[in-house]
Amino acid sequence: MTELLLLALGASLVNNFVLSNFLGLCPFIGVSRRFEAAAGMALATLFVLTLASGLSFALWQWVLVPLGLEYLRTLVFILLIAGVVQFTEIMVRATSPLLHQLLGIFLPLITTNCAVLGVALLNVNRQHGLLESLVFGASAGAGFGLALLLFTALRERLDTADVPQAFRGAPVALVTAGLMALAFMGFAGLGAR
Amino acid sequence: MNPDAVVIAVLVAAALAVTLGVALGWAAARIEPDTDSLVERIDALLPQTQCGQCRFPGCRPYAAAIASGAAEIDRCPPGGEETVRALAALLDRAPRPLDPAFGTPKPAQVAWIDEARCIGCARCLPACPVDAIVGAPRQMHTVIAAQCTGCELCLPPCPVDCIELRPAPAVSRRHRQPRAA
Repeated sequence: MTELLLLALGASLVNNFVLSNFLGLCPFIGVSRRFEAAAGMALATLFVLTLASGLSFALWQWVLVPLGLEYLRTLVFILLIAGVVQFTEIMVRATSPLLHQLLGIFLPLITTNCAVLGVALLNVNRQHGLLESLVFGASAGAGFGLALLLFTALRERLDTADVPQAFRGAPVALVTAGLMALAFMGFAGLGAR
Repeated sequence: MNPDAVVIAVLVAAALAVTLGVALGWAAARIEPDTDSLVERIDALLPQTQCGQCRFPGCRPYAAAIASGAAEIDRCPPGGEETVRALAALLDRAPRPLDPAFGTPKPAQVAWIDEARCIGCARCLPACPVDAIVGAPRQMHTVIAAQCTGCELCLPPCPVDCIELRPAPAVSRRHRQPRAA
């Protein structure tokens, strides 16, 4: 239990996927203009990450390893993630058209979020079990969401701030992301791996 | 690497792709919502004023309530008898008179702001369901007549009562026609 808690803490805060592993930077920069959109993206990513890490573990454990095809993992995981994302979109559209409208294009865009593939590959590299994989995926998603929401809130304030001409837009956003990453380094030493 | 390994690898990747494809196709065909298209068709007949006189937050929630049987078709004064007849035809029900508890039909109207009296408080902006009011705090506001649905929701928040409703020019009746998909 303690082990799982430490794993969750590590994946969400200490080794935050965006701010210390630099994974999933495209949606981090791209979908951080408006808070509502960022919240939708965070939720959708959390869902897909959890599901994809569980399924990729099953595929690794029961198909790739027995057949000695470990080297195919990148290809197979990408295929699986694309399938999971499509399935999620169908499910969301059928069960809650309103949520589907809210998430819009962000659902299919998760396919190209490298954090999803990163979690699947890290699970394999660290030899996580099924439960560990699920916890790792969910907390990585939660950490991504936390970083994305905090960053969006900062950017919304930056819009009205008096930023020097040369730094307006993307430059000041990147500087802000760097400062956030520095702040998140404060979590190092919490003792989680 | 022996040739068998390559064949197995190709077979596994192909099997996975085919499995996912079949599963997705099956899921899409199986789960695809049918009720949703009924909501869409009802929504297309509603006047899209988003006025909330039916006691639902907007036209689409009302359409969903009609589709699920939670609400009758007589709750839309802006649509008038014409909309009730269209809905009755779509749903194969008997037309019925509008329920006066939800208001009475009025001629098409648009909001108009007396710009000399507007103090620029911006309180009417969030009230507008279709974002037809242009303005910013301490700036004069104005109404985009072509977007305004005449729902009257901007009247209560105005502290100086500078908004009034005027008969709509012919062009602003756009919202009475079914929306383009």
